[in-house]
Amino acid sequence: MYRKILVPVDLGHLDVLQKALATAGDLAKHHGIPVIYVGVTGTVPDAVARTPQEFARKLHDLAAAEAERHGITATAHPLTSPDPSADLSRVLRRAVRELGADLVVMASHPPSPLDWLMPSQGGSVAEHSEASVFIVR
Amino acid sequence: MSDPRVDSDAAEAQDQTEDTPEVEPIPEPEGDTEIIETDFEIGQDNFAKSWTLSFDIHQVVFTWSALAILAFIILTLALQDEVAPIFTAMRDWLTTNLDWFFLLSGNIFVLLCLGLIVSPLGKIRLGGPDATPDYGYMGWFSMLFAAGMGIGLMFFGVSEPMSHYASSMGGISVGEDGLRTDWAPLGGAEGDQAASERLGMAATIFHWGLHPWGIYAVVALALALFSYNKGLPLTLRSAFYPIFGDRVWGWPGHIIDILAVFATIFGLATSLGIGAQQASAGFDYLFGFGATDFGMVVLIILITAAALASIVRGLDGGVKVLSEVNIALAALLLVFIIAVGPTWDIFTGYFANLGAYAVNLPALSMPFAREDSNFVSGWTAFYWAWWISWSPFVGMFIARVSRGRTVREFLFAVLIVPTLLSVLWMTALGGTAISQVVNDGFTGAQDAALELQLFAMLGELPLASITSFVGIVLVLVFFITSSDSGSLVIDTIAAGGKINAPVVQRVFWAIVEGLVAIALLLGGGLIALQAMAVSTGLPFTIVLLVACYAIVRGLLNEPR
Repeated sequence: MYRKILVPVDLGHLDVLQKALATAGDLAKHHGIPVIYVGVTGTVPDAVARTPQEFARKLHDLAAAEAERHGITATAHPLTSPDPSADLSRVLRRAVRELGADLVVMASHPPSPLDWLMPSQGGSVAEHSEASVFIVR
Repeated sequence: MSDPRVDSDAAEAQDQTEDTPEVEPIPEPEGDTEIIETDFEIGQDNFAKSWTLSFDIHQVVFTWSALAILAFIILTLALQDEVAPIFTAMRDWLTTNLDWFFLLSGNIFVLLCLGLIVSPLGKIRLGGPDATPDYGYMGWFSMLFAAGMGIGLMFFGVSEPMSHYASSMGGISVGEDGLRTDWAPLGGAEGDQAASERLGMAATIFHWGLHPWGIYAVVALALALFSYNKGLPLTLRSAFYPIFGDRVWGWPGHIIDILAVFATIFGLATSLGIGAQQASAGFDYLFGFGATDFGMVVLIILITAAALASIVRGLDGGVKVLSEVNIALAALLLVFIIAVGPTWDIFTGYFANLGAYAVNLPALSMPFAREDSNFVSGWTAFYWAWWISWSPFVGMFIARVSRGRTVREFLFAVLIVPTLLSVLWMTALGGTAISQVVNDGFTGAQDAALELQLFAMLGELPLASITSFVGIVLVLVFFITSSDSGSLVIDTIAAGGKINAPVVQRVFWAIVEGLVAIALLLGGGLIALQAMAVSTGLPFTIVLLVACYAIVRGLLNEPR
């Protein structure tokens, strides 16, 4: 039914991503399709990684661990943006298109009255992407 | 990576990224840099509540700078008559008694930058030997120019050359106490029209040339180096790591960052307020309306709204685009003035002024034993303090967009190119205005109020209504580009150097800036608080001198 799953991950908030990671792992195993873990980092040092290389390494480690855990094929696709907080959903949508993923599994927070202030990235991706989007609450 | 499947797929992913250049892959390995080992974790002192609705702010820096801003506004509004003289007296004392310190430090910054351009250290690349630039030349240059000079070019491009020209023509006058009472640079050039013109232009270029850009370059280079090459957070305190070591993550660092937020927000807000007054005066001059409190508040709201739209769209989609529009408009106006103004005079004047600048530079930048004390403290020292108080903001913004450039390339673009362009701008605008006085006997621009001199000068050229309109739009756009980059910078500092804090935080800072400007505009105290902001030039001069040391140490420690 699906060919390739794309999972956006925020390496700084892995604790809240566990359910989404498990969901993606199950789906990939069930359909026997690969998963690409996409992470977006800024170009300046951050809490997660102090250089883009370090970020890439951590994302590759995550992909390897997920592949092991679920017995699936997994790759990592680290991306940089000069301004990740403003560009995130745009960068993700482009990655979905260009990597040829047809299913996006991503975590997002439950709807909240404050969404107008801080729109959810998941909502934005779902609204504009041509792939199917599975939002994990 | 133990799983072979992952390895092969990683290679496949690499191939894919090569096929799809639009998705910018992580520049893999970027080569050796000296990463500083520190126990500090970026964001460790931050307050970030939960993932669902998190604010990501540095507890100490955010809280204290917010409180200090509030306190100073209340103080200035409530006790205006009491604090205004204190603030202005402080600024005047600094620029009068410590003028030598500002001038000396300015020279050190320029010499360091020029030295680095020619030294082998210039080969070091910001972000590691294999790093690639985030922006092309045009976008990069537009952003740093729009943030760095901005609005001053519009107001001083005509008025400053004219002012120095007039005072040079007036020559030297000595008061009863034996001190000079005139404002002429150096020895003036009494009655000599040509010499006065050259001296006036040299003095103007001195204030808008190598020195201001040297100041910005020092801050920007220190931040870029310690952030991209050493892995420290992008915040002012990182440049102090060679001095304080891990103590920069404590109070010494907090104070530096709080001071930077403070200087930036008050520098921007007071400029916004004063600029709104000037822009509305321009509106009034051109269209006959706008010079009311209501008109000015509307202007500030419009400028802030545009800046908000820009920062919400981000660096690429907002700030860069706006900066390019800004530079394109400025270029349009410049080309127009050159074409319809005294073209040949501007052309020859460009080289003559550049020569005059070179000849007079040693005398103009001499920190000690100056006879032209009014010029030194009233113009030069004031400008230096002003540029330096802006340097945390401009420097940090330049650093943010300069990853992937070599030190030499960086300094060439931040120091040399803007200086050459400033000479052209000043020659075209100031030269045209002076030529109107000298050749045409038109003194309208000379006699007009400062904020109207540009429009009075344009009024004598063809298509005046169109160019004046472009001029006023340019004034507004220059404001927007300063406001948006300023809000980005404040947000980053207040988030402990994190650039991926929620967008709503930068929105907060942009709104604060607009509100401070409106409050001060209506309640009074803009000038007083600007004097306060300029006074922060003194502590930052010391900060910059330390940064010079840190740059050299940091560059020497890079693997070569």
